[in-house]
Amino acid sequence: MADTKTLDKSQLEEKKPLFGKRERRLITDPINDNNPITVQVLGICSALAITTQVSPAVVMTLAVIFVMGFANLFTSLLRHSIPKQVRMIVMLIIIAFLVTVVELSLKAINYPIYQELSVFIGLIITNCIIMGRLEAFAMADKPWPSFLDGVGNAMGYGAILIIVAFFRELFGSGSLMGWELFGPGEQFMINTDAHWWLSWYMPNNLMVLSASALFVIGILIWIHRAWNRKLIDVS
Amino acid sequence: MELINIFIKAAFIENMVLAYFLGMCSYLAVSKTLDTAFGLGLAVIFVLGITMPINWIITTFLLSESGLLGMDLTFLRFILFIAVIASMVQLVEMVIEKYSPALYASLGIFLPLITVNCAILGGSLFMVAREYSFTESVSFGLGSGFGFFLAIVAIAAIREKIRYSNVPGPLRGLGMAFILTGLMGIGFMSLMGIDPSAFTGS
Repeated sequence: MADTKTLDKSQLEEKKPLFGKRERRLITDPINDNNPITVQVLGICSALAITTQVSPAVVMTLAVIFVMGFANLFTSLLRHSIPKQVRMIVMLIIIAFLVTVVELSLKAINYPIYQELSVFIGLIITNCIIMGRLEAFAMADKPWPSFLDGVGNAMGYGAILIIVAFFRELFGSGSLMGWELFGPGEQFMINTDAHWWLSWYMPNNLMVLSASALFVIGILIWIHRAWNRKLIDVS
Repeated sequence: MELINIFIKAAFIENMVLAYFLGMCSYLAVSKTLDTAFGLGLAVIFVLGITMPINWIITTFLLSESGLLGMDLTFLRFILFIAVIASMVQLVEMVIEKYSPALYASLGIFLPLITVNCAILGGSLFMVAREYSFTESVSFGLGSGFGFFLAIVAIAAIREKIRYSNVPGPLRGLGMAFILTGLMGIGFMSLMGIDPSAFTGS
């Protein structure tokens, strides 16, 4: 899909709608058919590191949508003037610049969340999903499609991130977005110790370990491919 | 002896992939066949073994307060480390493109993505945090590179075998690789806390 349209004439370009069929596909494809995590295998590290709770996953998703959209846009604008031999350094400088923008804005807007998440925001620089899309798409396509591709891929990535974080937080620590729902102890909304038919329940500490994120994503891939059967690996 | 301990510790006990879960993207994506996994493993050993001493020199002589510039410039660490790593990866890419076009084609996009392989930046940051000396940083770099090599070759061999087994259709390939990695990670957790100096006697 990245390298199909290179022969467009400029007159045709002006008549094209801003959200044509191809543009819509750029947004929706990465959420299902071409999901960055479950199909393209990009951005796994951060999916393992920050999915123990839902709220960091949500903030990370928003930050990645911003960084990816604009990194793709800027790289695509510069794509004719970047020499092939130094392209990685140029890309990394663009990414690092945008990540710094996110970091400083978060610091100005909401300092408590910044203190909680500053490490994760720095991790965006080494998130291979961004550089992967820059290499695969933005270096070879026009700015507007590249921007949409970045936003779409970031949303597909965020969807998986939030699903995994939901299960890991719910079963790992019995809470969601910091609200303690069920578990043994007074602080939980449903105190499993207080009811004899629930007293067997314990939050599963395995879910807090990174290894469990691999299991959750593995099972997610299983469900996704059982539902969308054209993704099944036949080799 | 100290250097051997660091090597063994980095390769087995604190394996970048299976104990810290760093560098997962290329590990999962390039482990379909043994040959490409072998090639990527060697590339990572090279990049880690070279960037670690270079980054050590940068932190000690440029960024620290007692260095040449006499200023505490540690806030520049990320960007400089990434720049060193990116230039080394670019070098590896050019060498592979010239001498092994088949490997170059099969690695595809995951060759430039070694740059953003968190195992490599993570290795440099661990090296700074643990205050290794120059020789120790060489040993640590080679050790963690070897650890990555070992992990990716192991999973590639398992995936080549498992291709002929009766895995449920939707779980074939990637899904199974995720679950296998999780199991291998739990296996490697049992090695945590072992002190290699107890065996080598130093």
